[in-house]
Amino acid sequence: MEKLLEKYSDKLPQKLIDEIVNNVPKNITDKKLESIFEAVYKEYSSSLAEPGECVGVVSAESIGEPSTQMTLDTFHLAGVAEVNVTTGLPRLIEILDGRKNISTPSVEIYLKEPHNKGTDITKIAAQIRETTLRSFLSEINIDITTNTLSVLLNKSKLEELDLDYKIIAKNIEKALKGYKVKCEDDYVLSIKHNKEGNLNDLYKLKEKLKEIYVYGIKGIKQVVPVKRDDEYVIVTAGSNFKEIIKLDFVDTFRTCSNDVFEMEEVFGIEAARQVIINQIMTVLEGQGIPLDVRHILLVSDTMTMSGHVLGINRYGIVKDKPSVLARISFETPLKHLIEAALSGEVDNLKSVIENVMINQPIPVGTGLPHLITRIVNEKKP
Amino acid sequence: MEETFTHKKISSIKFGLMGPKIIKDMSSAKIVTPELYDKEGYPVDGGLMDVRLGVIDPGLKCKTCGLKLKECPGHFGYIELARPVVHIKFIDVVLDVLRMTCSSCSRLLLSDEKIAQVAKSFEKLSEITDEKNQRILVKKLIAEAKTLSKCPHCQAKQEKVKLEKPSTFLENEKRINPIEVRARLERIPDEDLNLIGINSEVARPEWMILTVLPIPPVTMRPSITLETGERSEDDLTHKLGDIVRINQRLFENINAGAPEIIIEDLWDLLQYHVTTFFDNEVSQLPPARHRSGQPLKTLTARIKFKEGRIRHNLAGKRTNFSARTVIGPDPKLEINEVGVPRVFAMKLTVPERITTWNEQYLKAFVQKGPTDYPGATYIVRPDGRRKKITDETKEQLLEEIQPGFIVERHLLDGDVVLFNRQPSLHKMSMMCHRVRVLDGLTLRLNPAVCTPYNADFDGDEMNLHVPQTEEARAEAEILMEVQTQIISPRFGLSVIGGTQDAISGNYLLTQEGYKVSYETAVDILMRLGLVDFSRLPKKKEVTGKEVFSVLLPEDLDFKSPNKLYKTEPENPESMVVIKKGQLKHGFMDSSNLGEGSGLLLRQIYKLYGPEKGVLFLGRVYRLGIEVLFIDGFTAGISDIDLTQEGDDKIKSILDKIDKEVLLLIKKFDDGKLEALPGRTEEETLELKLLQLLNRARNDAGAVALDNTIYSNTIDMIKSGARGSSIHIAQMSALVGQQAVHGSRVNKGYNDRTLSCFKRGDKGSLAHGFIRSSFKDGMKPYETFFMAMTGRDSLMDTALRTPKSGYLYRRLANAMQDLKIDYDFTVRDASGKIVQFNYGEDGVAVAKSEGGHINVKRIISNILEN
Repeated sequence: MEKLLEKYSDKLPQKLIDEIVNNVPKNITDKKLESIFEAVYKEYSSSLAEPGECVGVVSAESIGEPSTQMTLDTFHLAGVAEVNVTTGLPRLIEILDGRKNISTPSVEIYLKEPHNKGTDITKIAAQIRETTLRSFLSEINIDITTNTLSVLLNKSKLEELDLDYKIIAKNIEKALKGYKVKCEDDYVLSIKHNKEGNLNDLYKLKEKLKEIYVYGIKGIKQVVPVKRDDEYVIVTAGSNFKEIIKLDFVDTFRTCSNDVFEMEEVFGIEAARQVIINQIMTVLEGQGIPLDVRHILLVSDTMTMSGHVLGINRYGIVKDKPSVLARISFETPLKHLIEAALSGEVDNLKSVIENVMINQPIPVGTGLPHLITRIVNEKKP
Repeated sequence: MEETFTHKKISSIKFGLMGPKIIKDMSSAKIVTPELYDKEGYPVDGGLMDVRLGVIDPGLKCKTCGLKLKECPGHFGYIELARPVVHIKFIDVVLDVLRMTCSSCSRLLLSDEKIAQVAKSFEKLSEITDEKNQRILVKKLIAEAKTLSKCPHCQAKQEKVKLEKPSTFLENEKRINPIEVRARLERIPDEDLNLIGINSEVARPEWMILTVLPIPPVTMRPSITLETGERSEDDLTHKLGDIVRINQRLFENINAGAPEIIIEDLWDLLQYHVTTFFDNEVSQLPPARHRSGQPLKTLTARIKFKEGRIRHNLAGKRTNFSARTVIGPDPKLEINEVGVPRVFAMKLTVPERITTWNEQYLKAFVQKGPTDYPGATYIVRPDGRRKKITDETKEQLLEEIQPGFIVERHLLDGDVVLFNRQPSLHKMSMMCHRVRVLDGLTLRLNPAVCTPYNADFDGDEMNLHVPQTEEARAEAEILMEVQTQIISPRFGLSVIGGTQDAISGNYLLTQEGYKVSYETAVDILMRLGLVDFSRLPKKKEVTGKEVFSVLLPEDLDFKSPNKLYKTEPENPESMVVIKKGQLKHGFMDSSNLGEGSGLLLRQIYKLYGPEKGVLFLGRVYRLGIEVLFIDGFTAGISDIDLTQEGDDKIKSILDKIDKEVLLLIKKFDDGKLEALPGRTEEETLELKLLQLLNRARNDAGAVALDNTIYSNTIDMIKSGARGSSIHIAQMSALVGQQAVHGSRVNKGYNDRTLSCFKRGDKGSLAHGFIRSSFKDGMKPYETFFMAMTGRDSLMDTALRTPKSGYLYRRLANAMQDLKIDYDFTVRDASGKIVQFNYGEDGVAVAKSEGGHINVKRIISNILEN
């Protein structure tokens, strides 16, 4: 058996070999196994894509054609309790465009062992969600004589989250410039201007205070704990992946954002590629459109080939095309013509569209091979 | 038969600017007068329609190259401009260059060390030919050079150069005229230019200030002769006329020593005309107009956009030998055939070369001439001369014909043609069919191929193309014929399969207990084109399954569940079992015959090849229809009548739902409704209600399907031919919740949707729940809600089509060059590797089972034998 595995390890992809090994009965004879291998190899080699096949166009068609059938309804409510996420055609366009600011960023946070059972899920959720002072507030008083604001915090809410109010004081001080925040006893903070403050400023500050970020992770607007199989997962609206990944209870292996650029920043281009694939798959599955992964793989590979995420538009992939005529045929032809003329670019007519323009065979498919026949002189015996 | 021309291949195209010398060198005429024609209507020498610039009149010969109309490509001319003007398209570049260079010595505003350093890093970059990084470096450099206020070479103080739009340069609020600008640009050394990304070999910056204007050949601006005999000139000619006129005036004024102000004014006017000649849509300039007020279409407008030169003429091509009309269905045709009207067949021709073997065969066509059907229209002599076949020339041509001639004969049955329906969204939108010449005036196709074309017969038109060379025919046959396209490369399942009646018919035929007399069975099979009935058991009565089995390949073994399997897995009829080409049990339905899944079709296609597969599908299709012909198959309004029991059940479902809705609303009003995490209470209520009401319709649908009196309509649903339980429910029970923008109807007046409801009514009826069925008719407010959803979905489609079209165009443009190379890597046009192995395993989707190798099937096949 080992011999066979070795023999076919070059011929067949590892996945197929594994599949064979897992599916054959244990007591199989070597001869039968070999014939199985041979049959699989025969089938595999006959289903290989042929050289010259213009796989790019096939993929573009396969994604472009069903996109006419997608709904334009932006939001889809996957289950009742989940977060609003853009789906359908708008989301597909967003992903393929390589947009930096997506309309509904969202992170799926998986938790490490003891936390994912759901016992302290509310506490964890609160730790992630961006919280303003308003939620911990019970009273703000202005002391006119000393020009101080005294803030009374809601004790029960803080205790519920096991939160030290000094952290809040710190965060307020960080957010306010030129003010000093002092922790008085019993959940009271006093805020005072460093220099002579006037009363008007204090009134303004009083309103401002309510919206000051005090706890959680900035940018996370909403957190929804969801039960997936046996564990709890936190789905967020809004995203700040860099900060989330720093939390010690987060399972960094599985937690994933739907923002391609964020993932590229944190994990690098390969992760970005995988996010593109997963996100496109999610969109298409949500619309009930069957599509082979290979097409999506190809799209995301072209988007990430350069080492950065490039959108499929005139600022991304098309701009980086080596051929002048190919760029011209897409958008803003004059701009590209002028640039090409200035730097004296040479178009080597290697791609499809230029050869269409000048009526020559295109270098894909049956136009790829260049066959030369030797003309045999008929007079020769 | 030697061909008199040589084949040449363009290997590359170089882009660059044209300097005055190049323009003069390539010109064949100097244009000096704005007049076009003299009194006799003959083009003036030195005018814009000078005969040396090309021919646009039939019969004349070009004075430059001696060729006739359509052969002469046209020749450029030039105008010597009295004063230089700025080329509007390069104005930003000129501005950048001016800012980067010294006003007195014209060196780059960078110190020598810096220049040396940059030049060095450039060399490094060009080694790895990293164009992108080079561009970035250039940008940085430009920014740096702009900021210096003192020239490091001659220590001259630098003033900031400004551009006053559209085309005036200011330095220190003083105008610098194009002569001055040109002088500065001329002084810039080549080495400095190369540093800022301008290739001095092909683009000297002073060439962006025009002293000589090239005049495009007349062939690209032909004049049209109107019916009145009047000549109407092209927009470009008009514009050029303006330029020449002003240019002449400027010359005269300069020579006469006119005051500076007049000269300046004329100069500005010349600048305006030259600018609008290049681009008539410059934002700060009023566009030049016709006398009628319509703006002139000048050079930029000719290139840009979808209707411009690039996308319309260069990237898009037109063909001869094509046809287009309305299409119609004809199930009697094979799947890979197309019915072509006889009149079309007599216009579309196929060139066939005469050899000693087919001489007589082809001469027969010539004998028949162009008007008698299987005839011919032209013959082509080996020297390339085409001769029309007419009654007069026929005899002479017949004598002349010998091997080596080409006869253009009428389209015949079995010829290869391409058939296409727009929008051509995927490769199955253009497939190769075999011709069947038919009576009538429409193109006919088998309804089974409607799906890949996305065609129907409500007036759709389709196109037909006849390939003219042997190579094209071979490619069409091998790569594009219908049977090679059955499996979609999108998801690896069939896109062509039985539809509608074909499925209903086979469903009924293969039901347990279906019997026909032997005679009828033979009758049916004969109508499918079968002549061999030896596989039909010789009994007085044969079962439907036996009739169906006649079509199956004799050695087929097959097992697969049908639609019944989900609900009744124990029922033997829910599993289609075919042994040795005999359908043992199980009935046919859409899961085995339909498109998309078509398990049986796929198996036959895979085991017996495309030819047999397509034949089988065609026969099964016709079989279904013939069965319905014999039994009759109708649908009517009474099909969806519910039994009394069904009516009661649906009523009770609705009552129950009503109660639940009220309960929910009460809970909400009392503030007892617990909000879902991350949502407000209102949102929670909406979500829960929507869920509840949608469930109501689904429940009603199930009830309706079970409690309808048995009918053909139900058969259609059960076989998967058309419709679903929801449609039955909507017709017989209730239409259900209408949704606008994905939620209940919430728009309208203040706090209510329509004025017939109470303010703040949260109930089901007030927000678009339609309790009536289509059969019973809807209440006025229900009709209104229905119309709202209707409009919403119309809007959705109208907005979606252009968006997805654009997405598709971008995708196609980005990925059109990706191909699999001989080493099985996926590469783009420049040879960069995108994937090392296509799809990570190299498997083509259409050639495997949905993109996978079915290892389990292979193993069990081998183990069983």
